Amino acid sequence: MISLLLIEQALNGVQFGIMLFLIAAGLTLVFGIMNLINLAHGVLYMVGAYICASVTQASGSFLQGAAAALVGTLIIGVLIELGVFRRLYTRTHLDQVLATFGVTLFFNEFVRIVWGPAALYAAVPPFLAGQVQLLPGLSFPAYRVAIMVAGLCAAAALYAVITYTRLGMLIRAGASNRVMVAALGVNIKLLYTVVFGVGAALAGFAGLMAGPLLTVESGMGSDMLILSLVVITIGGVGSIRGALVASLLVGIVDAMGRSLLRPALAGLMSQSAADNAAPAIASMLVYVLMALVLLLRPQGLFPPLTR
Amino acid sequence: MLTSASRHGLATLLLLVALALLPPALNALGEPFYIGLGTRVLIFAIAAVSLDLILGYGGMVSLGHAAYLGVGAYTVGILSFYGVQNGFVHFLSAAAISALVALAIGANSVRTTGIHFIMISLAFGQMLYYLAVSVSQFGGDDGLNIDAQSAFGGLDLGDPTSLYYVSFCILVVVLFGLDRLVNSRFGMVLRAVKSNEPRVRTIGFSPYRYKLTAFVISGTICGIAGALLANQNLFISPASMHWGRSGEILIMTILGGMGTLSGAVVGSVVYISLEYFLSRLTEHWQAVMGPLIVLVVLFAGGGLVALLAGRRVAGAGSR
Amino acid sequence: MSAPILAVQDLCLRFGGLIATNNVSFSVKPDELHAIIGPNGAGKSTLIAQLAGDRLPDSGQILLGGADVTGLPSHARAQRGLGRSFQITSVFSEFTTLANVALAVQAGAGSSFRFWKRAAREHALVEPARAILDRVGLSHRADVPAGALAHGEKRALELGIALARRPRLLLLDEPMAGMGPEEAARMVELLAALKGSLAMVLVEHDMDAVFRLADRISVLVYGRLIATGSPEETRSNPEVRQAYLGEDE
Repeated sequence: MISLLLIEQALNGVQFGIMLFLIAAGLTLVFGIMNLINLAHGVLYMVGAYICASVTQASGSFLQGAAAALVGTLIIGVLIELGVFRRLYTRTHLDQVLATFGVTLFFNEFVRIVWGPAALYAAVPPFLAGQVQLLPGLSFPAYRVAIMVAGLCAAAALYAVITYTRLGMLIRAGASNRVMVAALGVNIKLLYTVVFGVGAALAGFAGLMAGPLLTVESGMGSDMLILSLVVITIGGVGSIRGALVASLLVGIVDAMGRSLLRPALAGLMSQSAADNAAPAIASMLVYVLMALVLLLRPQGLFPPLTR
Repeated sequence: MLTSASRHGLATLLLLVALALLPPALNALGEPFYIGLGTRVLIFAIAAVSLDLILGYGGMVSLGHAAYLGVGAYTVGILSFYGVQNGFVHFLSAAAISALVALAIGANSVRTTGIHFIMISLAFGQMLYYLAVSVSQFGGDDGLNIDAQSAFGGLDLGDPTSLYYVSFCILVVVLFGLDRLVNSRFGMVLRAVKSNEPRVRTIGFSPYRYKLTAFVISGTICGIAGALLANQNLFISPASMHWGRSGEILIMTILGGMGTLSGAVVGSVVYISLEYFLSRLTEHWQAVMGPLIVLVVLFAGGGLVALLAGRRVAGAGSR
Repeated sequence: MSAPILAVQDLCLRFGGLIATNNVSFSVKPDELHAIIGPNGAGKSTLIAQLAGDRLPDSGQILLGGADVTGLPSHARAQRGLGRSFQITSVFSEFTTLANVALAVQAGAGSSFRFWKRAAREHALVEPARAILDRVGLSHRADVPAGALAHGEKRALELGIALARRPRLLLLDEPMAGMGPEEAARMVELLAALKGSLAMVLVEHDMDAVFRLADRISVLVYGRLIATGSPEETRSNPEVRQAYLGEDE
């Protein structure tokens, strides 16, 4: 019994971690290559969720909604890169923080203007509505399984692109030596725009999948942004591999903390005290994890090579 | 050098005189309502000035400063919740607990620099935010109502003008104290750390102790601003600790020109007024404020004061 | 014979397969100017980094004034009398020239956890700082921001900052780097005037300067010290001529 519960919670954690990875990957790539801290990355996740939910409602097809969200976030990502972010690459981190914060304010309000102040609720697509029997006695929602599969496919595709293609070679080279790549005559501006657009679409992908699990509302991106920042801090800023490992770690710690802390504490203290303490401790768990990692490895688990 | 410094001092003095005369002026104009808005400006000015100590002089870009505002306010709220009304207890506890929280967070974060520091300050700030959300005893997400203002004998903080002048006095003391501090021996080391940390080590200072001390002083002052905020609103919710609020404080600090202390006051006046008047024009005021911030960053790197003076403050613009 | 101010014993540091510092031992007397020379890539910078505390050696010992400082961080070594000027100019650009030196004086003048009195008005800091500016020839530039100084002036300020700590031993990492002949000549005079008042370890490519200033010279080749001796001994040492000077001429 206990082990089945554990496995189920671990799976929830893995699923959450994979979604985190999709956001953190873009964040860490953009930092690694363009040296840009992008606090506006969370809005792309939010916009992805909004587009998917509204197009799905209008067309009746989740797949159409998903396609629209991917294309939409890609376009928005490219537009804000061209309009604002490319002016920030050579600025101080402080300027980057402020400007991307301003962009976040704008988009959080923008979705309220376009879609209204009320939250949207997206339904799980009918073809993924059931449960999947993973083990005898352990069934898991098909939609969550689909998220894991889709997220892992995206991660694998990203890995393949970075490892085996010319674009990936440039990305890797750009992360370790920007000046050199520019000196090789590569169109560095185009490379930056492409990387940014791909990062945006990955965040949008996470957002469109999150829609049916959460409420789609303004500001929903900021929780995920903060956790993604925790992820890339733990994983080592700029490292994709670090982002993957840390995403899963954070996802699992978070899910386990939220579900298992209450029964665990109930053994140590009164039920009511446990009811009060458990959510408080659970909400702080990933940050404690981050503090511990930083104490032991200030550069994160997988510090990228010197730049 | 001297003329620019004395001009700066004169401008600060004029600003403070204007702030001191604001309540009688508003009463004369028949607009006493705006005294409350003025108090809000002063409270955020204290927070922004405290941030300027670590940002403008210590080079630490903190995106979690609103946490101390929340810690100070929650301290007052929770003490009231348990029936403690004494104002001295409120404010001293707010300062002490903010100092302890800043010590714990600072001990873990000031060793790091650059992007790591930004992210870690942000993450710890959000940690406290989620903590406040999850503790249902004190209202959780819905926030905590406070029965009455801190009691200081004959001084009634429920009177808007009294609260205004208490906030004003605290701001003046903070400005004066920090002006001494940044020019003291301690302040010189702190500024040197911002300028060139490796060099500071080789002349024999361990930067960590100085950065941590400044971090704790900054958090303590911001906690006192939080106690004032609790008195003004008689309500505290996790929203005031959200990283968006930290971003706003950061913008106030930059807007007036960081590393000048009084610039942070100018920034608060501008930001809070802008927020107020924009929000009366449209409920979607953030859709205007966001792009404004982007424009200021892109085209006025040294802050408004520097922009008006037609120059860019060193270090605030491009790398 | 007085005891050495610096004694280095069997210092070793490897980077992967590369031996950057190979069993290096030497000592510096309290009033000696000891130069370390060697071809590019000989490991001079790495050796300086270990002496200064930026890098820890894999094995071996560094004694400063008889006390073991091998594992101490750089600020702790500075507190024990080790001064340093950087190969790449490193000053506090936003501070005035005077404030740069005054800060260094402050580091050796009691606690810096003083929060009230204006440092710029503390005579105990400003007067010694002015005296040092005088010594390094920068008195007329005292109130200029250090970032606005010419290259040679920055190098002199760099030296002033190091001197302000009243070090017993000064590490000079290519003090003439990037200087024109006139500036370099002025720096040589400055160092010559300092000689005798404290010990110095000088790493420098300018051989005229080295042979003019040094009391003793150690020659580093591929991380190993192949010889230590007076300038005359070094000049006539066949091994040195082959490994180093021959290559240079």
